[in-house]
Amino acid sequence: MKVTDKDVSYVADLSNVELTDSERVRMVRDLNSILGYIERLSELDTAKVPAMAQVSDRYGADQSKQGSERFAYASREDVREGLRASLPHAEAMANAPGSDATFFKVPKVIER
Amino acid sequence: MATTPSISTAARAKYEPIIGLEVHVQLLTASKIFCSCSTQFGAPPNTNVCPVCLGLPGALPVLNRKVVEFATLAAMALQCRINETSIFSRKNYFYPDLPKGYQISQFDKPLAELGFLVIQSANGPKRIGITRLHVEEDAGKSLHEGFAGAADSTAIDLNRSGVPLIEIVSEPDIATADEAYQYLTALKEIILYTGVSDCNMEEGSLRCDANVSVRPVGQEKFGTKAEVKNVNSFRFIKEAIEYEIERQIEVIESGGKVAQETRLYNSVEGKTYSMRSKEQAHDYRYFPEPDLLPLVVDEKWQAEIRATLPELPEARRQRMVTEYGITPQDAAVLTETRALADQFESAAKAAKNPKRVANLVQSELMGRLKAKGLDIEHSPVSMAGVAASADLVESGAISGKMLKDLYNLCFERGQDFLQVYDEAGRPEQSRDTSALEKIIEEVMAANPKQLEQYRAGKKTVIAFFVGQVMKASKGQANPQMVNELLARKLATKLNS
Repeated sequence: MKVTDKDVSYVADLSNVELTDSERVRMVRDLNSILGYIERLSELDTAKVPAMAQVSDRYGADQSKQGSERFAYASREDVREGLRASLPHAEAMANAPGSDATFFKVPKVIER
Repeated sequence: MATTPSISTAARAKYEPIIGLEVHVQLLTASKIFCSCSTQFGAPPNTNVCPVCLGLPGALPVLNRKVVEFATLAAMALQCRINETSIFSRKNYFYPDLPKGYQISQFDKPLAELGFLVIQSANGPKRIGITRLHVEEDAGKSLHEGFAGAADSTAIDLNRSGVPLIEIVSEPDIATADEAYQYLTALKEIILYTGVSDCNMEEGSLRCDANVSVRPVGQEKFGTKAEVKNVNSFRFIKEAIEYEIERQIEVIESGGKVAQETRLYNSVEGKTYSMRSKEQAHDYRYFPEPDLLPLVVDEKWQAEIRATLPELPEARRQRMVTEYGITPQDAAVLTETRALADQFESAAKAAKNPKRVANLVQSELMGRLKAKGLDIEHSPVSMAGVAASADLVESGAISGKMLKDLYNLCFERGQDFLQVYDEAGRPEQSRDTSALEKIIEEVMAANPKQLEQYRAGKKTVIAFFVGQVMKASKGQANPQMVNELLARKLATKLNS
């Protein structure tokens, strides 16, 4: 599968990213290079391998347990004590490019 | 009110509307779905936030088990099939109140599918299918006005980012705006019964988008649909759908084409407006969320959750009709909320005559609560009080009029029935037969015409006399005693 200039423009548009002509050329080249590398995997016969969303599905679960309990370690109780607290407000806002000390501020985006 | 475009009834009859609803319900957990921040509504902006829900690089989500339990419980209440394994996916879109650039949702393998609920349509009970129920996180809130600098900037509050939601998608089984209204009402009632959400529309705990299309009657293929968003009450949804159906018919009738787009409802004008074309924006590039394991709800866990499923409203109504001998109408009113139904049942079980309790709750309690703006949990008259008062009327100790007066006192003073009754010196209605006999004599003397009718065999006239006697006694007489004495007196008149 070849990434085309059209693909790059489309995805850039969905992400509201503006690319110059030279950036677009570079993106096409880089993406094709990455995907070409990954493409080598298709040499393997995966016809009988079930689809897997992440490796932890197979190797992260506690195999000694059954059903839900296999993954139980990856969930938590609905408690607020003893877990990481919310950030102090000032700290949460500290790295924002735009803020009025109460809200994050972004350029006007109104959908009527 | 909706201002509908002017299309003729004939044009309307040529088309069949198809309506599907997407409902988002916020789950009542203490913490967010993937972090331990509070879900509390109305906190100062951007105070319930942390690296996870702010979407800071490197932060990882950890699933809240309660979200799974609540979502599964809701799915069971909606008769869905639970998928033992479901997976989370990333839904990618660009909007500033979504700091990660994607929403963690479920896509091709949702938690639950193939449910249904039953509504009361114009043609009797109708089953509306539920396509799927899935778990997802909420986005933040954008403010476009009401702050300094609103002219050229948008303010973002991320307290809501990461609040747990379930999305419930209906099948396109809904044919009218009214059915949509019935569906939402039934859905809300069921969700409230499960206790997984407060379904508060003002606070955004329940939100609804409607997909509306029309097709010529007899055509198999669906018409192009428009999605109506931003509707914050069931009544407005009904109006918006009605408007949208007529608008689409008008577009087609005048030779145009319905565009696939998102439209917003303006409740003041009663119109929908195009928001954005969906052709391009609809590509969410879903892919499995690599930061979360598959969600497995095995049989054992499902059984534990199912054990917490309460009796659902429809089943409860049917049982109450048989168990307490009340009418289906009584049952409908008394099951409006789970709290009311629970309270009624505890009173009905304590009282001698459940039917009387049903009448009392509806005629004496609910009106007074409404007038005071109270819900049943905050009623001054407890259900023990209702049961006791029902028994007092039942035994003839107090009259209906006296009961009304005592209830008025309860609501004035904010005291329970038995306290007010005791403080009033446990009053009893008059059982003095001589005084009552006197009244009856007077009433008969004053109404010779009716007495003549009775003599002539018109027995129903006795009801007239009962009414007159009750009126003359200012409601203080015991109706049962009045009936007995009247019957006896009238009988003597027959022989005279």
